[in-house]
Amino acid sequence: MNRDSNAYTFLFAAIMVLVVAAALSFAAVSLQPMQNENIRKEKMQNILHTIGVETERDQAGEEFEKYITEQVALTSTGDVDPNVNAFEIDLTKEIKKPIEEQRFPLFIADVNGEHYYIIPLRGAGLWDAIWGYISLKNDVNTVKGAIFDHKGETPGLGAEITQSWFQQRFEDEKIFDQSGNFVGVTVQKGYSGGNNKDDNAVDAISGATITGDGVTKMIHDRIQYYLPYLEKQNVNVALNK
Amino acid sequence: MADLKEKKENKPVVLFVSEEKEPLFSKKNRKLLTDPLNDDNPITVQVLGICSALAITVQLKPAIVMALAVMAVLAFSNMIISLIRNLIPNRIRIIVQLVVVAALVILVDQVLKAFAYDVSKQLSVFVGLIITNCIVMGRLEAFALGNGVWKSFLDGIGNAAGYGLILVIVAFFRELLGSGKLFGFEVLGHKGATLAESTGLYALGYENNGLMLLSPAALLTVGVLIWVQRSRNRKLIEKH
Repeated sequence: MNRDSNAYTFLFAAIMVLVVAAALSFAAVSLQPMQNENIRKEKMQNILHTIGVETERDQAGEEFEKYITEQVALTSTGDVDPNVNAFEIDLTKEIKKPIEEQRFPLFIADVNGEHYYIIPLRGAGLWDAIWGYISLKNDVNTVKGAIFDHKGETPGLGAEITQSWFQQRFEDEKIFDQSGNFVGVTVQKGYSGGNNKDDNAVDAISGATITGDGVTKMIHDRIQYYLPYLEKQNVNVALNK
Repeated sequence: MADLKEKKENKPVVLFVSEEKEPLFSKKNRKLLTDPLNDDNPITVQVLGICSALAITVQLKPAIVMALAVMAVLAFSNMIISLIRNLIPNRIRIIVQLVVVAALVILVDQVLKAFAYDVSKQLSVFVGLIITNCIVMGRLEAFALGNGVWKSFLDGIGNAAGYGLILVIVAFFRELLGSGKLFGFEVLGHKGATLAESTGLYALGYENNGLMLLSPAALLTVGVLIWVQRSRNRKLIEKH
């Protein structure tokens, strides 16, 4: 067959595409279980990180069992839905549903007698999704720790939200203001509060305004749906009522 | 059509022929491996693949994994292209090269995600960007399309090694001077919150150079490397 003919070119392209597609699908399918296991373990590591427990990936499973005492899926009215496994909730899909149909995963941890509530976050940054976890102390007001990750924020700017120096700024911040209104934690440009932990704000990253606003919005928008449940639990929620 | 088929059966398609009988590691073949390390280095002499050299050389470990990933992609894509070089329709050869490279890169990415998850997160988009690494396409066009399988394999390994060598050297200096570590170990001592809590060099008031963590530092380091290489190897200096 003439190698310069159109028929040969098309035939070659078709066969090449088939071979490559088959090889790639085979690789993707056979490696999937291991990749999913990594993602599960990483989720556990992230959740534990917000309550100050650092683990290796191999131990993540055991440590998670040890410290996380309860995993509940909540409705927007603050009731527990026993039919849903909180750990398996995929916020990516969940967040697109109407509020009444959404289930909100909540992880409750016990570290040496201290109770922590860990709330998964998900929102939008500048280019794509951002997500993370934030943990609240027993007063449901003070932040114990936070961790953030992103899909496609700008390296060196928005992507810096994954850095510990940024995440550490959230520690001990309050999500209620002085008069008891829920405000969340604001990532603020030109912040001059220094180490003030009672102003509901942290210093933003230069050049990452929109990513920072995304973090602010994500914290506010997600935590608000957990307040009804926390109130029902007779936790001392500092609501102004 | 029937005629064509008969002809083919009589004359089997020969995929590759070793033109001359020569030992696997003849002097010429050894040169394929060693030339890219120095005289024909892809980064410092040809100035290709700079983008990833800037991006992933903050620490040694990701730099080494990146070098290995490029080596796997370059060696195998060189081999595959060389293997089918007499079958590729000339008009779509660039597309064919891209498909082969892209498929290999996706494979590498999937394997990293399964077996080296942390490193794969650290390298993030840069594994995918191997597809656009000029070294890969450059070697396919310039070498694999015109040479045998074994030679192309050696050429791929050699060029990836030359690329990796520079990556490792740059990463060594950036990690050492930028964060005082090598492979994550604190080789210069521990930097505490105060001078009294610090050990090693830090106890004497030594500070890490934050600039080394930023991309421009890689450019500076590569520049110094080119300078050092040319002052030792005079034949690389262009004559005007």
